[in-house]
Amino acid sequence: MNLQVMIDALPALLGGAGLTLRLVGLALVAGFVMALGVALARLARSPFAWMPAYGFVFFFRGTPLLVQIFLVYYGLSQFAAVRASPFWVVLREPFWCALIAFSLNTAAYTAEIVRGAVQAVPRGQVEAAKAIGMSRLTRMRRIVLPQALRIGLPAYGNEVILLIKASSLASTVTLLDLTGVARTISSVNYMPVELLSMAALIYLTMTFIVTRAFKLAEHLLSGDRRQPPSLAARPGPGSGAVSPGEAK
Amino acid sequence: MPDLQGFGPMLAVGTLMTVQVALLSTLFGILIGIAVAMMKLSSSRTARIAGDVYTTIVRGVPALVLILLIYFGGVRAVNGLARWLGHSEHVDINAFVAGVFALSLAFGAYATEVFRGAFQAIPKGQIEAARALGMGRWLTFRRVSLPQVWRIALPGLGNIFLVILKETALVSVIGLEELMRKTEYAVGFTRQPFTFFLAAAFIYLALTIVSMLAIQVLERRASRGLEPAGAA
Repeated sequence: MNLQVMIDALPALLGGAGLTLRLVGLALVAGFVMALGVALARLARSPFAWMPAYGFVFFFRGTPLLVQIFLVYYGLSQFAAVRASPFWVVLREPFWCALIAFSLNTAAYTAEIVRGAVQAVPRGQVEAAKAIGMSRLTRMRRIVLPQALRIGLPAYGNEVILLIKASSLASTVTLLDLTGVARTISSVNYMPVELLSMAALIYLTMTFIVTRAFKLAEHLLSGDRRQPPSLAARPGPGSGAVSPGEAK
Repeated sequence: MPDLQGFGPMLAVGTLMTVQVALLSTLFGILIGIAVAMMKLSSSRTARIAGDVYTTIVRGVPALVLILLIYFGGVRAVNGLARWLGHSEHVDINAFVAGVFALSLAFGAYATEVFRGAFQAIPKGQIEAARALGMGRWLTFRRVSLPQVWRIALPGLGNIFLVILKETALVSVIGLEELMRKTEYAVGFTRQPFTFFLAAAFIYLALTIVSMLAIQVLERRASRGLEPAGAA
């Protein structure tokens, strides 16, 4: 291993990591918005709503991301209508194609997480909210979504990490993301092992930070379920607070 | 399978290769997973740390990077060895071997966690009872732990298989002639990328569906003799 090569390439690789983060960040936002729609459709009673949603999820979860990227980047150019349309400015750019594929892909996975989380909220609470007279929207906003967020958070953290790793496929459509930079430099200096190892190290750092961030978010969101640390140790002044038995 | 302008048979050959890579990686991945799970559960600190390092690295790095790293690292190692043995020409390594190796490592890292949970789910009393009957460690492992671990781990392993099946597409990047690579050839000839990549997507979907059915059959077989869930 040539350490000097690894250190020299670090600035360029970090630049690539910037593109990786931009792709992942944008795809997560777009994917999450789509996922909410898909999850709602998936939970609907009408077959015209849930069947297309189911098909969407099944297609994007059942095929390799590489195929999805190639379908958008190479595939769409097959149609003269697409090439003539005003969208072509966007669709011929590898950045937008990768972003579209990543967004659709993460939307499918996230939709399943949202669906599972919403379904995991105890039915009794929804019924109670109905009995109190809350409207559908208020119920969603005050009762279902806050709890679904907490339930779905660990799974969503996994999805974010999967997407960071999956974004390395951007390099297959000529983008200079972290993997793309490593591959490009190593095709010039013939030091692929050094460059890929360095890239791997940067990916590890990114996934580590994201794992920690989600652990922290989980901790913050479960405030009402934790017992105060001092309580178990010394009873007395704080005895008016919730006892472990009452905290659910 | 439709004719696909004469490229059907070629895609079928690619599909066969994809299935081979997925199945072989699963086989080796399961062996690695069991071994590393045992390491993580062992009383040796060194073994536990080694197991943790392996799963952390492999699960934190993209499969594409892992595949490229093993391919190029393998090329360098083999050539270093060849030069040391007095061979001067460049030696290439097989994309199939590198791909299966990388995906086995990936499968193994994910399977480790599944097996670890499964081993821990076996009641301690059963192990103690087996030992009391005079079974050795290996016999206890083979007759008491393993059959149950298999049943408990199967749903998790099934999920990993579906992930690895799709990741085989990445091995096309190092030149293995699996489904994705063959599809690219067809695209090159016909200039119809959408048609052929969509065809490939549907073949992957079909493989996914068949795998899901097979996993269901295996799960039912592994839990035969148990009461159906909810009866207890």
